[in-house]
Amino acid sequence: MEHTPPPLFRTGPTPLARLMIFSMLSVVLLIADARFNYLTVLRQVTAVVVYPLQRLVAAPAAMGKRISEFFVSHGALRRDNQVLIEKNLELAQAAQQAQALQKENAHLRGLLEARTRISAPSKIAEILYAARDPFSRKVMIDQGSQHGIEPGQPVGDHIGIIGQITRVYPWLSEVTLITDKGHLVPVLNLRTGLRAVLAGTGDDGLLELRFIPLSADFQTGDQLVTSGIDGIYPPGLPVAEVTNVERNTAYLFANIACKPLASVNAHSQVLVLGPLPPISERPQDAPAAAQKKRKKS
Amino acid sequence: MAAPAMSRQELLLPVKPAFIVLTLIAALLANLLPWSGGMLWLAPDFVALIVLYWCIHEPRKIGFLAAWALGLLMDVANGSLFGQHALAYSILAYAGIVLHRRVQRFSMAPQVLHVIPLLLLTDLVVLLVRALAGADFPGYAYFLGSIIGAALWPALSYLLKLPQRPRPDPDRV
Repeated sequence: MEHTPPPLFRTGPTPLARLMIFSMLSVVLLIADARFNYLTVLRQVTAVVVYPLQRLVAAPAAMGKRISEFFVSHGALRRDNQVLIEKNLELAQAAQQAQALQKENAHLRGLLEARTRISAPSKIAEILYAARDPFSRKVMIDQGSQHGIEPGQPVGDHIGIIGQITRVYPWLSEVTLITDKGHLVPVLNLRTGLRAVLAGTGDDGLLELRFIPLSADFQTGDQLVTSGIDGIYPPGLPVAEVTNVERNTAYLFANIACKPLASVNAHSQVLVLGPLPPISERPQDAPAAAQKKRKKS
Repeated sequence: MAAPAMSRQELLLPVKPAFIVLTLIAALLANLLPWSGGMLWLAPDFVALIVLYWCIHEPRKIGFLAAWALGLLMDVANGSLFGQHALAYSILAYAGIVLHRRVQRFSMAPQVLHVIPLLLLTDLVVLLVRALAGADFPGYAYFLGSIIGAALWPALSYLLKLPQRPRPDPDRV
């Protein structure tokens, strides 16, 4: 005869057993995500579940902003208008010069048979919220795979680069900011033309140049622009400014602190730049290629 | 006579499951609010707070599955490692369920003293997971949210008990 407890006392596994089960599940998920990147589909599905909630919550703030935009004073509008007209004149002049320069440039590039720079189409996106994760610097924007966004696209504002798209969900995507620890941008010193790698520190407003020899020519105030050798960031976009150079002979490399030019934290609207054409594959090393041929024959 | 630290036990109506679900969704929404700047550090983790509350007060109605699933949702919304909050909330739920008889017996101030270490433990689990994945310690301000969350505990208990208070019976004097 079987003895089963009456329904009142039937409680299932003990809390400790349940804790073990769910901890194991979590750890499996963690390892699968951190080590093997297996969970893209699961992430996408969960993101679709969360998306309406996010929009719902963001709605009052967006509405408040729109209402406050509606009640701008007459004076403010006139002032803005004046500033814009002046700026427009300045820019028109610059644009005319730029046109001439572009023509000249195209001509010269034609002469050099260089590839013309591709101006990829860009998209305006709005920052929805900053991720609640003190360990990383990421923001979510309101454009996703449904709008044609792909991982790897650079994101900037009117001044310079702020980051790059790292994960894409159907209606939103995640931008890793250049201040994120572990985010690297290949840059070029405008003054000297020296190439370097700019790394985020996880600290807002602080970037550092890595592996720069002590003798390298870097000065406070140097402007750093993207060098474009990574195939992600188009060349020539402003990134950061050197704020402090410390040369300590006890170390192999100089300690160079920079600050991002684009206001990484302040904007609500950003520009998603179009993806660059893929870099051609690295040619195989001669011996390896020879070996392959031998295998085939 | 009960000791002064002990709470006066109230007679409450049973909790409706729909109310629990509603509060959990509300907590999730609060966490998804577009916090920014300094507020990001100060904002408590509402989901952890509500999960802990229900684990202490209704351990038979809410369990690990809810805590775990909410953790996964938080991980996706934050773009953090998949499973870090799920693990942290599971441990929080365990602590809440194991301690529920003890915490319920206390009055409000000692209850808060119980809640602080539990929320800090949740933070610590997340910190540990991220440290293993190679992140830096983000500074002690990281723990501020939990302290503020614990400070919200009395108000939260009052609010969440309101629907369970029996209506005054008009036939009784």
